[in-house]
Amino acid sequence: MAPHLRKQLVVVGHGMVGHRFVQAAIERGLTETHDIVVLGEEPRPAYDRVALTSFFEVGAEALSYLPGGVYDDPRVTLRIDTEVVAMDATEQTVTLADGETLRYDELVLATGAAPFVPPVPGKDLGNVFVYRTIEDLEAIREASKGARAGAVIGGGLLGLEAANALHQLGVQTHVVEMAPRLMAVQVDDAGGATLKRHIEELGLTVHTGVMTELIDGDADGKVSGIKFKDEDTLPLDIVIFSAGIRPRDAIARAAGIETAERGGVLVDEQCRSSDEHVWAIGECAAPGGRMYGLVAPGYTMAEVVVDTLLGGEAGAFTGADMSTKLKLLGVDVASFGDAFGTTDDCLELVFADAVAGIYKKLVVLENATGGFELLGGILVGDASAYGVLRPLVGSGMALPDNPEELILPAGRGGGIEIGLPDEAQVCSCNNVTKGEILAAVSEDGGCDSPACVTKCTQAGATCGSCKTVVKKIVEDHFAATGKVVDRSLCEHFAMTRQELFEVVAVHGYNRFDDIIEGHGKGRGCDICKPAVASILASLLNHHVLDDSLATLQDTNDAYLANLQKNGTYSVVPRIPGGEITPDKLIVIGEVARDYGLYTKITGGQRIDLFGARMEDLPAIWKRLVDAGMESGHAYGKSLRTVKSCVGSTWCRYGVQDSVGMAIELELRYRGLRSPHKIKGGVSGCARECAEARSKDFGIIATEKGWNLYVCGNGGAIPAHAQLLAGDLSREDLIKYLDRFLMYYIRTADRLQRTSYWMEAIGGLDRIREVVVDDSLGLGTELEAAMDSHVDSYFDEWKATIEDPEKLARFVSFVNAPGTPDPNITFREERGQIQAANNEGPVSLGATIPVGGPR
Amino acid sequence: MTTEAQTGTETVVCRLDQIRPESGVTALVDGSAVAVFRTYDDEVFALSNFDPFGKASVLSRGIVGTRTVVAEAGEEQVPFVASPLLKQPFDLRTGVCLDDPTVAVPSYDVRVVDGVVLVGAARPPQCETL
Ligand code: SRM
Ligand SMILES: Cc1cc2nc3c(=O)[nH]c(=O)nc-3n(C[C@H](O)[C@H](O)[C@H](O)COP(=O)(O)OP(=O)(O)OC[C@H]3O[C@@H](n4cnc5c(N)ncnc54)[C@H](O)[C@@H]3O)c2cc1C
Ligand code: SF4
Ligand code: FES
Repeated sequence: MAPHLRKQLVVVGHGMVGHRFVQAAIERGLTETHDIVVLGEEPRPAYDRVALTSFFEVGAEALSYLPGGVYDDPRVTLRIDTEVVAMDATEQTVTLADGETLRYDELVLATGAAPFVPPVPGKDLGNVFVYRTIEDLEAIREASKGARAGAVIGGGLLGLEAANALHQLGVQTHVVEMAPRLMAVQVDDAGGATLKRHIEELGLTVHTGVMTELIDGDADGKVSGIKFKDEDTLPLDIVIFSAGIRPRDAIARAAGIETAERGGVLVDEQCRSSDEHVWAIGECAAPGGRMYGLVAPGYTMAEVVVDTLLGGEAGAFTGADMSTKLKLLGVDVASFGDAFGTTDDCLELVFADAVAGIYKKLVVLENATGGFELLGGILVGDASAYGVLRPLVGSGMALPDNPEELILPAGRGGGIEIGLPDEAQVCSCNNVTKGEILAAVSEDGGCDSPACVTKCTQAGATCGSCKTVVKKIVEDHFAATGKVVDRSLCEHFAMTRQELFEVVAVHGYNRFDDIIEGHGKGRGCDICKPAVASILASLLNHHVLDDSLATLQDTNDAYLANLQKNGTYSVVPRIPGGEITPDKLIVIGEVARDYGLYTKITGGQRIDLFGARMEDLPAIWKRLVDAGMESGHAYGKSLRTVKSCVGSTWCRYGVQDSVGMAIELELRYRGLRSPHKIKGGVSGCARECAEARSKDFGIIATEKGWNLYVCGNGGAIPAHAQLLAGDLSREDLIKYLDRFLMYYIRTADRLQRTSYWMEAIGGLDRIREVVVDDSLGLGTELEAAMDSHVDSYFDEWKATIEDPEKLARFVSFVNAPGTPDPNITFREERGQIQAANNEGPVSLGATIPVGGPR
Repeated sequence: MTTEAQTGTETVVCRLDQIRPESGVTALVDGSAVAVFRTYDDEVFALSNFDPFGKASVLSRGIVGTRTVVAEAGEEQVPFVASPLLKQPFDLRTGVCLDDPTVAVPSYDVRVVDGVVLVGAARPPQCETL
């Protein structure tokens, strides 16, 4: 097309939606026919306003959508710091603040919304802010320095965001809400109350149902206090208004464009205003008279206008999903579909746990066939099910027979098995359906991972709440299309660890050579050898350094200590339950001092001594063993610690002796080799000071006995342990634990922690069937296996220092045992040694005599 | 027999039966730490003990096994040691890292005479690194 035939398109506002519009215009080829000029009032290009609060952590650069300020397409011009003060629909021009006018063929208004500031006396004082732009946050941060307290007026979604920010800045924060509950738009009374409790626990003060009468100022014209109706003035230094937003429709209104009754440029389904060349998208628009204060509907509007201007088959904006999921002050809150149950004849299912601060509600409707369909819901405190639930709304799918399963505290998000129809919208931020995700992973689509799908379809790219479901859809697809997931242990064994365990157990093997000859190929590697070592240890409980076993052991097991980065080792004596006598503490201190070891309290309630030379390990352990200590197995894929809280022996809340129980369990399961490490914890009451639910097995005392939780862990992807059985006697507790641990050891994959194992074998219910109901009739066998472990336990280190053959391996040089390896070096920090590395090998030099024969 | 003695340019390290099949020991050779390995079929190899990835003197403590490598001549079972620090595999014969052939540790001549292991001179480097 000849240049003079090109049209000029002007976009007013470079916010989230304006930016999306330009992106879509470039991608779909609108710039083939139109030059685009974008005019933005803010001093920077568009940025992620949804993540505004993270500005304090990540800075402006990280939030920016266009850090360089220039679009790839030369036909798009962006002018920031440029405010449009007027428009003329007849002349088709816009006027800038400096008087410049620009002509347009098409005008797209994307001016967003402005925070509403109610006409409270004192609203113009210094240190009164709104919460909308990076500049607002910069000013709030400045004012927070030295501020005593602050108030956020407005307890809605954005108000709580602002309160979060103020709280994080270290300011004592008050939330002031006129309505009787927080987040009145999204949650009901019970949900609001749960949310309020959470927020108060964090140390914020919440005032609901109160009217702000005035803001007091000091002599400098700055805020000094705030006064509610019928109450004394509350002294504070910062006020943030977050009492709702108003569409920025002023220039359109002044130009005679029609606006909606409650504000916003009135537009039709194509987002066209009352003037045929003026369009409005995002928060400044009111399609059908209603404005939308979320970003997703704005994105849809942007796409609709691009489509319409392209002249092809125009889309339409016919309303939007107002579902929200947020983490406010660390509390999950989600609201979706018909959250308030306004549909005729609908039913509500509610789960509430006041102690845990969880409130979940599902709104369901009985359908023609007697099943239930999901209409909407509210989740407070735990919104992990949101990703699965939201796409069900409007999908027409019947819920499972027990719909309450969906909100009971069952497991981790995405664990719920539901076959969504292809049309179900999985990502509400970017309007991506299940069908589109499947298309992306199909042969034509070519995606091979959830990350690639997010890149190609945008699903999961905005708020991220749909990611678990996207991942599940992708994985299920690959599983179904028979994309073979190779489950071989390694090139030497074409089977899983579980299969290998069975092979070894059935044949009664006790040597690696027989196993690899009979069932593998080659001579093994660093993957299968430790796996076989672990299986043999679980089955036979021989010393891991016995004969041929020694060469199978992984790094740490091979020297019964943890290898550190400079080639030295750490030493961790067992301190069962974290209880230790002063005498033993003194011995540990003396050993550390005498060998110059770095000493640290671990996260597992015991003491780690770092920097031991391999050849010194036996002497170090001899002193510890002589003082009555034993290996802590910090090096093994085996039981680590059973952490305890002090419990009923001292604590005024304790209902059982948690230390005694922790010690009993640690001593029972010490030395138990397993697919991955195992950790336990015992708390003396529901306050849970031992963090037992973050362990593979966690026990919490009750008035009547013990609650047993299983399959928790910390680490990179933390999981809370789930209740397996409650109010158990000591005997039943140990019986179930014996069965549980042995069942895990027999069936888990190599390096699979219990939480992943639980998902893999069919969830908590499956474990309960096997362990509690004994559905496989394995109970006695598993208990007997554990008894045999307990009976055959011995301290590995004691056995090592008593056996010259085993000691022979603990030498620096086989031909110069007295010479320390010159490659080991340390530096010093805070009065102790730290590991250091050398760039290359260090030589003693050929001329230096090396410790001669001894 | 834990004496270091020199026979010409060779260093006596230990008896072969002091090294368990599929494991290694560390020897002091001309002031340097050398890892000496024995494989399942009683072949003996010597590499520098210094792991160029982890930058520590640890290679003799790694797990010894075989890895199938597909070369022009067909499949080959390569004897290797996995570093105990970060598990990089090194070809026992040449010291070349099987996952990253641009990295190698120096290898040494080594032979067994009358049941005694003798380490000789370092061989010419197999590639640039170290
Ligand atoms: C020493 C210690 C850190 C400290 O200074 O406090 C530590 C140090 C190591 N941790 Fe840990 N972890 C230590 C407590 C923890 C904890 C906290 C706890 O136990 O309460 C966790 C999170 C809880 C959990 O495990 O669920 C923890 C999660 C990990 C993980 C991640 C596990 C996961 O399932 O994601 C690894 C990696 C692994 O095991 O694969 C790891 C691995 C390691 C290793 C063993 C890595 C290694 O092989 O070199 C570190 C060497 C220990 C050493 O040299 O002695 N460590 N590690 C803690 C020893 C506790 C003890 O007394 O035995
Ligand atoms: C703290 C916070 C948290 C939020 N959290 C969420 C969330 O979790 N989920 C969600 O969906 N939404 C959330 N929102 C709302 C979301 O940010 C908005 O829906 C979205 O930014 C709207 O995009 P927009 O482009 O319409 O408006 P904006 O992003 O505000 O962009 C409008 C731009 O136009 C400029 N402009 C206005 N008038 C003129 C003029 N006359 N001349 C030139 N430029 C002009 C403005 O300066 C602004 O840069 C949140 C908002 C805030 C403030
Ligand atoms: S968990 Fe309960 S018994 Fe244990 S220390 Fe905490 S408050 Fe006391
Ligand atoms: S639902 Fe927000 S990114 Fe998908």
